Amino acid sequence: MIPSIPQNPLLQNTYRFYVVLFFIYLAAPLVVVSVFAFNNSLFPSPPWNGFTWDWFFNPTEPRLGLFHDDSLRDAIVVSLFVAFWVTMLSVAVGTSNAFLFEREDFRFRNLAYILMLTPLVIPGIILGISILVVSNGVANGVDNYFGLEVEALRPGLWLVILGQFSFITTITTLVISARLRKFDTDLEEAALNLGATPWVAVRTVTLPYLAPAMIGAGIVAFLMSFENFNTTLMLVGSDAPLTIALFDRLKEGSTPVINAVSLLLMIFSALLAFIVIALQREKTD
Amino acid sequence: MRGKLGFYLLFAPLVVWLGALIVIPHIDLFLTSLQVKVRPRLYETGFDNYATFFSEPLYWNTFARTALMSVAATALTLLIGFPVAYYIAKMAKGRVKAMLFVLCLLPFWVSELVRTFGWMILLRETGVVSKALQWLGLASSPIEFLYNDAAIMVGLVYTSMLFMVVPLITTLDSLDDSFIEAGYDLGGNGFAVLREIIIPHAMPGIASGCIIVFMLSLGNYLTPILLGGKNSLWFTEQIYAQFITRFNWEQGSAFGFLLLVLSSAIVWAGLKLTGQTLASMVDERK
Repeated sequence: MIPSIPQNPLLQNTYRFYVVLFFIYLAAPLVVVSVFAFNNSLFPSPPWNGFTWDWFFNPTEPRLGLFHDDSLRDAIVVSLFVAFWVTMLSVAVGTSNAFLFEREDFRFRNLAYILMLTPLVIPGIILGISILVVSNGVANGVDNYFGLEVEALRPGLWLVILGQFSFITTITTLVISARLRKFDTDLEEAALNLGATPWVAVRTVTLPYLAPAMIGAGIVAFLMSFENFNTTLMLVGSDAPLTIALFDRLKEGSTPVINAVSLLLMIFSALLAFIVIALQREKTD
Repeated sequence: MRGKLGFYLLFAPLVVWLGALIVIPHIDLFLTSLQVKVRPRLYETGFDNYATFFSEPLYWNTFARTALMSVAATALTLLIGFPVAYYIAKMAKGRVKAMLFVLCLLPFWVSELVRTFGWMILLRETGVVSKALQWLGLASSPIEFLYNDAAIMVGLVYTSMLFMVVPLITTLDSLDDSFIEAGYDLGGNGFAVLREIIIPHAMPGIASGCIIVFMLSLGNYLTPILLGGKNSLWFTEQIYAQFITRFNWEQGSAFGFLLLVLSSAIVWAGLKLTGQTLASMVDERK
């Protein structure tokens, strides 16, 4: 069925109706989460009791609003901290990997490339437990032989950062490689002919060209880190990032303050998503 | 960048990343799964943890159930997503097409936790769907839609949809309309054209979509727990319980390794069946 082939109008309308239903299915959970962030009731469920800003701004229990809820604020700060480091590390290593795979030819290149892709097909929980097991082993070893207790190797934020970094780097590598592949190496040659050292040529010609891809990859990395659950769950210590804190509240049942957090998260992700899409459009033009 | 030093400077981060965070941890996971506790602080090497898995019906039933439910979720995602992908790739044009594509992507920029929470609000006993049915007079008392397999399925399909629809749109987009027209000209009906032309062409997209969706469903934890409740019996829950609740890491490692083997086997089989490699599948998605 394509537009240039005449079709039964009933069939066509049924098809359109199906597509509309599909988009309602996509939107429904997000719409209800947003709407109930403003419900004047202690539970995020119907009936609708009228509009309120309490779940954002009210300073007292039991209607503690998002901007006065210390534990939620702490969780957001933890998430930002983790996401910052994951972004920095994964963009740096991703850029290095992109140069390695696009510019260098070495013996085990294909094997290394496949290994580089594997984190995409390993379930997040398995990544989490494998890193947990090995870091705990190393920490115990260091403790036994040197009598040193290395906090960073026990469940906690540094392990969460390493765990998220382990698979997000694959994504940043792919995004940055794709842009580097389209780079015209003549430009670099020109810089070299004009007397630039190789490093200066890369820094003044190639890296600025890569910048949109690096920013795009950084935003994707930041969001993936901020929203990661599976890997984080296995590696988290006493400081809970936002997804873990929200999960605990969801299990217990909570006031619509979690709707308010969710709505903010949605707005924040949508903004970042539009930036990435705009960056991609610029690239293709 | 041509020198040996340059090469090693670029090679070092890759080796540290993959070695320290992927290769060694997975070897260690396997070795840990072979540790059998004789008494506190004394371990022997053996397959007892795997034997426990096979002798305890709860464990392998949960494993099989997780695999089957993931297969079902994958099939459903394909069935629901394919017509939509086809509509966006072949029926919609210009601005509408670009807009529908972005609309498809947007929900997946939102955390899985938020999406699952949305389904909880919709499906629970005091939720939107139950209230709406009562208001319409279709139900006389509140209905609990949560905490059953159907709810898990709704959540899994929802969560995976993007990873099915995007590769499908990409492959369907590359199918020239003239092939479909030729199919009709040669006397094929809609069904024949779908079976003989469209689906064979979309096969790489179908394969990579199915592989990713299956893997994500298998490894999912949030959706079965929150939408399926206490009796969701998802294998990732068993892994979590062994590690965090019972502190039996050796058993948990064995479970984790089994899940990894299943997931990798399916990915490998899916790639082999459709004659792809991991690298070509990833290129397809861009």
